[in-house]
Order: sequence, then C-alpha cells, then structure tokens
Amino acid sequence: MAKCTLTFKTDNCKGCGLCVDVCPKHVLELASDRINKKGHHPVIAAREDDCIGCAFCATMCPDCIIKVEKGE
Amino acid sequence: MVVFDKPHALNDIPLHYCPGCTHGIVHRLVAEVMDELGIEGRTVGIAPVGCSVMAYNYFNCDMIEAAHGRAPAIATGVKRALPENIVFTYQGDGDLASIGMAETVHAAARNENITVIFINNAIYGMTGGQMAPTSLPGQVTQTSPYGRDVKHCGFPIRVCEMLSTLDGPEYLERVTVNNVKNIRAAKKAIKKAFQNQLDGKGFSLIEVLSTCPTNWGMTPQAALKWVDEKMIPYYPLGVYKDRTAAAEKEEN
Repeated sequence: MAKCTLTFKTDNCKGCGLCVDVCPKHVLELASDRINKKGHHPVIAAREDDCIGCAFCATMCPDCIIKVEKGE
Repeated sequence: MVVFDKPHALNDIPLHYCPGCTHGIVHRLVAEVMDELGIEGRTVGIAPVGCSVMAYNYFNCDMIEAAHGRAPAIATGVKRALPENIVFTYQGDGDLASIGMAETVHAAARNENITVIFINNAIYGMTGGQMAPTSLPGQVTQTSPYGRDVKHCGFPIRVCEMLSTLDGPEYLERVTVNNVKNIRAAKKAIKKAFQNQLDGKGFSLIEVLSTCPTNWGMTPQAALKWVDEKMIPYYPLGVYKDRTAAAEKEEN
C-alpha cells in the first residue's frame, strides 16, 4: 500500500483525543512525555506505517491541525 | 496526493474554542463548502454573540458582528442591498433560539434568501453553562442544578419543527457532527443550504447538534456519546422542510 504521511500543526492541538478514538488503525496517540505551546499533550503519529489515509482523524479534528497525504 | 488539508476559506490561526468543542468542525465544513462552491470572495458572514462571537477571525470572507440575536436581521439588510453576494449567519442556541427568536422566525416567514447555520448544544456556553431554551428536560446546568424541571422552566424548543409549520422557509434540516458519517451528512446539508441561496430559492436553516464538553462536565468522547443517547432522541435528525422537493413530488 502507498505510504501515507500525516502532518500536524502541533502547537494548535488541544489534546482532545477525538482523532485518537476515531482512527480505525490506532495510528495516533497523545504524547504523554511532552506538552505543546498551549500546555496540552499533543497528538502524534505513533504508528504511521499502519496509516491507510482514510482521513477520519482530520475529519473529526475540531481544530483542523491534520494534513493527510497519500503516496508520492 | 493530498487527501485532506485545511480549507482556504478558514484562516490559519488557532481557534479559541475549548478542547473537543465541535464548533471547529462546523467552521471547517462551512469553509469547505465556500471553497467548493468558489464563493469565498463574495460571501458575507454574520457572526453572533455567544461562543462563536469571534467567528469573524476565523473565516477568510467578509464578516459582520451582529448585536445579540440580530444576525438574521442584519443578513436580511446585507442580502437586500447586495443581492449578488452570498450571506450566511452562524448562530448558537442562545443567540438564535432565545434572544433572537423573533428575527429568526420572521426572516424564515419572509423567506429571505439567506443561509443560517444554527449550532444547538443545549446550553449557554460562553456565559458559563446556564440553561438554554434548548436544554433537555432533566438536564443539569448552572441554573438548573437539580435538572431542568419542565413544570416551572417549560419545555425545550425544537427550532426546525417549529419553523417547518411556516409556509416561508425553503429548506430546514437537522444534522449532527458526532461521528465521521454524520459529519459527511452535515457537510452535504450545509452545501445544499448555500446552493439554495445561489439558486435564489430562499431561507435555508441547518441545525447542527453540537457538543459542549466543558459545560456539560464531560470528556469530549463522552459528549459525543451524549449527543447520540440524549440529544438525538429529543431532536430527531432529518429534513424538516424542502419546498422544492415537495413541489416536484406534487407534480409527479
């Protein structure tokens, strides 16, 4: 499968975790070891290789911080 | 290939909403619709008073800030003065269903050619979680700590059902944004509401059942579930009025 790339505007993340819950492949996690400018634990792609590019995370994200790219 | 990116009509600045608030999703859907219809340059948005009071910062189109509840009245004026422009209002339940009820009902009755996006989260968000006209019976809020007692607070108002009794409005639909499927359906509804205006058909109102995790006292995840379990049974989703479809049906 074509490789998918997830890009986050990490400093805009509020750590609500809606993207984490909606991901069918459990790709995303909230980073428990660091905080962003706003003081939230931001989302990270812990298992990006499993991403299928469905963009459910970006659809659900209230702050529009996720960009999803597929293939080349 | 880019599968998903921020729409152009949404400004690239952080939203002030609480974590998990679905206002951001609805903002994005409106911006996506503006992009898809190519109307960003001639759209005028009317911002309300409430949590979305700073919506004028977030949309890339021209925006006007209305006095509390008066967005449909201002939209009427803008649309009549500039009929070539696309005019939408973005209002919460405190703005549209409480102080602005008269403006809403009369704009609908006159079938003004505007689009209204109505966010129903069953509570007053900005002022700190007081009971709204749309709060459910038994719902605990700051001003109903023992749950909304309908004997002395009255019953919630179902805006779509109420407006559907008028002959005026063109299109009324209730949607929600609590999962991906519902978000896609909501976008379709919002697009139809803007398309109706482009086609000169008249007043379209999309009611979006939204969440308020902070004032409901829940996690964002629990709030999405609460919409499914409590709000949708009281506020059923669906199209409440579609005059064009009804007329076509009658012809056949």
